[in-house]
Amino acid sequence: MNAFSQIRRNDQPIYLDYQATTPMDPRVLEAMLPYFTYKFGNPHSRSHSYGWEAEEGVEKARGQIARLIGADEKEVIFTSGATESNNLAIRGVAEFYKDRKNHIVTTVTEHKCVLDTCRHLEQSGFEVTYVPVQQNGLIDLDVLREAITDRTVAVSVMAVNNEIGVIQPLAEIGRICREKKVFFHTDAAQAAGKIPLDVEAMNIDLLSISGHKIYGPKGIGALYVRRKPRVRLVPLIVGGGQERGFRSGTLPTPLCVGLGEAAEICLKEMDAEAGRLKKLQERMLKGLQAKLPEIYVNGDLEHRIPGNLNISFAHVEGESLMMGIKGLSVSSGSACTSASLEPSYVLRALGVEEEMAHTSLRIGLGRFTTEQEVDTAVADLVHHVTKLREMSPLWEMSQEGIDIKSIEWAAH
Amino acid sequence: MPAFAYLDHNATSPIRPVVLDAMVEALRAEGNPSSVHRAGRAARARVDAARRQVAGLVGARPSEIVFTSGGTEASNMALAGTGRKRVLVSAVEHESVLKSVSRAEVIPVDHDGVVDLAALERMLAGSEPALVSVMFANNETGVIQPVAEVVRLARAANALVHCDAVQAAGKVPVDLHGLGVDYLSISAHKLGGPTGIGALVVRAGAPFVSDRKGGGQESNRRAGTENVAGIVGFGAAAQAACGGLDTISLRDRLEAALQAAAPMARIHGAAVPRLPNTTCISMPGVKAETQVMALDLAGVCVSAGAACSSGKVTRSAVLAAMGVEPAEAETAIRISCGWNTVFEDIDCLIAAWKGLYIRVTQSDFHRAHAA
Repeated sequence: MNAFSQIRRNDQPIYLDYQATTPMDPRVLEAMLPYFTYKFGNPHSRSHSYGWEAEEGVEKARGQIARLIGADEKEVIFTSGATESNNLAIRGVAEFYKDRKNHIVTTVTEHKCVLDTCRHLEQSGFEVTYVPVQQNGLIDLDVLREAITDRTVAVSVMAVNNEIGVIQPLAEIGRICREKKVFFHTDAAQAAGKIPLDVEAMNIDLLSISGHKIYGPKGIGALYVRRKPRVRLVPLIVGGGQERGFRSGTLPTPLCVGLGEAAEICLKEMDAEAGRLKKLQERMLKGLQAKLPEIYVNGDLEHRIPGNLNISFAHVEGESLMMGIKGLSVSSGSACTSASLEPSYVLRALGVEEEMAHTSLRIGLGRFTTEQEVDTAVADLVHHVTKLREMSPLWEMSQEGIDIKSIEWAAH
Repeated sequence: MPAFAYLDHNATSPIRPVVLDAMVEALRAEGNPSSVHRAGRAARARVDAARRQVAGLVGARPSEIVFTSGGTEASNMALAGTGRKRVLVSAVEHESVLKSVSRAEVIPVDHDGVVDLAALERMLAGSEPALVSVMFANNETGVIQPVAEVVRLARAANALVHCDAVQAAGKVPVDLHGLGVDYLSISAHKLGGPTGIGALVVRAGAPFVSDRKGGGQESNRRAGTENVAGIVGFGAAAQAACGGLDTISLRDRLEAALQAAAPMARIHGAAVPRLPNTTCISMPGVKAETQVMALDLAGVCVSAGAACSSGKVTRSAVLAAMGVEPAEAETAIRISCGWNTVFEDIDCLIAAWKGLYIRVTQSDFHRAHAA
């Protein structure tokens, strides 16, 4: 099945940026359409059947999302996306418990919305510890354990990194958090629907989900908030008191339904899809390695979602490469920061040198990626990297065995 | 075939076909507007085009539009983002305004639900510069506030003004610069656009700091990947709704018929300017819940108040602020027309409402005689 052929026109570039956003699955769109048209009611209208019908759709979706993460449907709150979920989880919990505790532990490779929320909390008097990651992108559990103090209210560690796709040891982190009696929040925007998640087995108290990263619509996300033992939050958005008071505002029924359907499809097809993507990932990497020396995969390959590769191409100017491969939609890092020319802070945190960070590409594979597309992408990359290297004096020098780092550049 | 009339557009308005077409196209396309590749740039272009359409609806510049997840978030952001500690809100504001400030000072309204300008002027005198939040039109009664007057008083006292125009935009002309307000909240699903998308309009030069942290989307004013299809739908709805709602004849026919059937029925705010689509009417002696259920059985959808709180059986704060007695407030229902309302819908409502009124009054009559 390649439903994507319904969506993509032939003249469009090959989409290999599945960590930035995913195309919507046509089955999701199908599920949403009735809620745009004849089932359009406000799900909070309790006085007529239009309202009830919409509410039914919303509640079904809530159950579908809950099943994806092993939660109870009462524990799922709809938000406008993972950014809001992360803001609400971290700020909400910090604000609620601030009279007793004032410390948050997170990692240096979190998504910008987590880091920025933490920075904001620091400005208002909270303390934050940013735990480093190892060279493979994974946190050291002992370092995490030591970072937790009796003033710590919550630990926030992302499940899967958005740039390098590495999977953090969630069950182990959950165990430490439970043992130390601190809340465990995980930003699962890149993980949900791709790897098995179980809030019970993993002792997760708060979990953020995004719609558009799992073939659902943009503008919708969810936050799992544990009920037993109860996690309490100060809401970010107040008003009509919807979503158990955690999040006011009329629920966008079609978007909720879309997120629910997307979650159900992901759950149903997770195993098969992971196997298929693993093969594509291997095919891509082997294809590149066969033709191109000195390419390096950033982040652990084993503890990684199969839909991601992050590769540094030594001695190639990153911008020139990006300009060259016009037939491929890939990115040099996260979409939110991709307009800036700064090297990725995630790669820098792994200890990747600045030049190598500058030549890296994030390649995202997903539900609609085909073997043929992978082969085309490999050929395209090989062609352009080889061409750019041929023009590069640095490449020439390195081939001659000169250690480029030893060169003392003359100042102009 | 049973009749079916949806007359609850102030809760949510069904999506316009032109909006759905635009959205389906956007939903089928991939791309994150922040990505630099072609797919990303195409998504960005869609967002920019819609931004111009939404700006056009409220007389703003495209750069003054900050897309949010809806009206509630927009109002929350406005009230938190100006830096003003002292906040004055009218007594009839939506909960998204009332609940977002813990210590707001309340500007009273008169019996018609219009803010008391003299009281506002007194409140503005002296003390530290404030933020004033007065809605354009009320969601329950449709009563339109003298926003330009509010702005004039506020300016004289160096105060900023937020206006919740969620119920007004697309129904009557709303002009950011003409009114002179600093912040305006709008929502797509009240004007035939999708749910889950709205905007805060921030006048260029007005102070504003967002407390939403993350990527630098919306010029650092609202983090989070843009809801592209929602924004596209909002744009299409804004364009379609630019001319306002042409429902005044429907409303007048409805009100005349109901009052003719029950001379004791009272239309709240009838003496002052109202939205052309909203009727808040009390049927003497019949609880709102009873009316809503009876009308629903007859295929007519109306509400007993605002949708957000209509699950709870609490008394309307709006009617209470207008000095309506609890006994009468409990008998008030809201009827709201929209872009696809036709005369048949109105006639359907009139017949069902009259039928109920006659049944109740006759059984009262029989009971009185039996006793």
